[in-house]
Amino acid sequence: MIKPLLAPLPAARDPRPAPRTAGPRLPAMNSEPVVQITGLVKRYGAKTAVNGLDLDVRAGAVTAVLGPNGAGKTTTVETCEGYRKPDAGTVRVLGLDPVADAAALRPRVGVMLQSGGVYSGARADEMLRHMARLYAHPLDVDALTERLGLGSCGRTTYRRLSGGQQQRLALAMAVVGRPELVFLDEPTAGLDPQARRATWELVRELRADGVSTVLTTHSMDEAEELADDVAVIDAGRVIAQGSPEALCRGGAENTLRFTGRPGLDLASLLKALPDGTAAAETPAGTYRITGEVDPQLLATVTSWCAQHGVMPSGISVERHTLEDVFLELTGKELRA
Amino acid sequence: MSAGTYTPRPGAAPLPRMIAAQTALETRMLLRNGEQLLLTVIIPALLLVLFSTVDVVDTGAGDPVDFLTPGVLALAVMSTAFTGQAIATGFERRYGVLKRLGASPLPRWALMTAKTLSVLVTEVLQIVLLTGIAFALGWSPEGNPFAVLLLLVLGTAAFSGLGLLMAGTLKAEATLAAANLVFLLLLVGGGVIVPLDEFPDALRSVLGLLPVSALSEGLRDVLQHGSPTPWSEAGVLALWAGLGLGAAARFFRWE
Repeated sequence: MIKPLLAPLPAARDPRPAPRTAGPRLPAMNSEPVVQITGLVKRYGAKTAVNGLDLDVRAGAVTAVLGPNGAGKTTTVETCEGYRKPDAGTVRVLGLDPVADAAALRPRVGVMLQSGGVYSGARADEMLRHMARLYAHPLDVDALTERLGLGSCGRTTYRRLSGGQQQRLALAMAVVGRPELVFLDEPTAGLDPQARRATWELVRELRADGVSTVLTTHSMDEAEELADDVAVIDAGRVIAQGSPEALCRGGAENTLRFTGRPGLDLASLLKALPDGTAAAETPAGTYRITGEVDPQLLATVTSWCAQHGVMPSGISVERHTLEDVFLELTGKELRA
Repeated sequence: MSAGTYTPRPGAAPLPRMIAAQTALETRMLLRNGEQLLLTVIIPALLLVLFSTVDVVDTGAGDPVDFLTPGVLALAVMSTAFTGQAIATGFERRYGVLKRLGASPLPRWALMTAKTLSVLVTEVLQIVLLTGIAFALGWSPEGNPFAVLLLLVLGTAAFSGLGLLMAGTLKAEATLAAANLVFLLLLVGGGVIVPLDEFPDALRSVLGLLPVSALSEGLRDVLQHGSPTPWSEAGVLALWAGLGLGAAARFFRWE
């Protein structure tokens, strides 16, 4: 179910909220996007994986491609990486064609696959050192190994590393060549909370140093935590786009709760509130006001209470999370 | 790591450095793999020692080691260029190694060059070891070393083509099973330790067209009998090389 009010989100054009990490200011929207996807269609046999997808990725930003399993996230990213040829539409990465200009793009773009990519008999530091040798100005391998907590892997070969260690090695391999742009396909899938934090921290450091990042995820809190821009994908199309804050604001209702004496005159309260606000008392003595909950509304409610000799207690405001927005957009039923 | 650590500074390493690094890694992976070593070193060495010292097969007139060494060298080439390369590459494809390297600055052709170089390095190590054992067993080779080199190179090309064709088209498990089976069948039926003369005429003429038979018979002509370059065997190997490498280039799938 897609709520129509969310369809053409003005949010994408909203001014950015203050950056939550120290770093360079992002270039203005009118600077050249690092990834430009227009009308991308990709089919596998009878199945259409990507169905007319449009997406621009800003330079220097962290862009999260969010969507349920099978939404077309990996296909989209792998088309940008030059692994797939579009059936229709165009894809430009750093202004170049990912297939035709692959040789020029490879040194400039870092890639983390969803899984695998390492010789099963190779040790973590050995593989990373090897990747570093393929680049002209690689990062310091020892420091990177230490940074991602891979220093303890020692002589363990890849097939015996834990899933989390394998993920972090793949991440290290994506950044070791000092790329301008990195594609991370589900970088934190299956990680424990500490490893997840370490990965987030690294993405923030990349951003601070001016690397553009595109990551896919089906984790809402990850997108909310990390991304400057979120593109919600479902059934092979972008169905909503914007900053996490703007997406949460756009259309999703918030709720103000409080408790007081039962049987308050809600009709009188509603008269004081803006149009489109709803009020309900369930159970008796517990009140829920839903609508655009802003400081003004909160002030109106408390002054109305004062006028009516009501002492409201347990006031709480629930802001909608990206998860609510996501579920609203993509539907709550499980996908096959 | 301090601020500015990740500031973009993209660039590919020079090609020779990339190829050297890739060759070194491929060779290390090959030598680290126990099952591969069994196939490439232990089995050929055991066959050489066993059949030279124990009179099990009729190797014709002359010292058994003079008959066996060329066959075992052909087997060594097959075990590395065909069996080992097919299995390793099949699993690299399965585990996304080829895919991931495809996103690195290393071009595809440079990856294949590195694979070939690593096969050649391994073959040199095998040949040094096996001829060392052969000399210890009293081997006295004849013939023109350049003819031997030509046959070894053509044999490597033929087996590499077939091995890569298999690795790039079949599933990794199927490649593993098939490559081992082919190794075993060709070990018995390819003139490696059992002379082709032992087989019935009709079968013999077919077996003689196999790449391992062409290589072992060709090497035997030169090393045991001191014949000039055996062009018909070289031709058979060149044909296999053309077919195998051509088909591999056409049908190889990287993912």
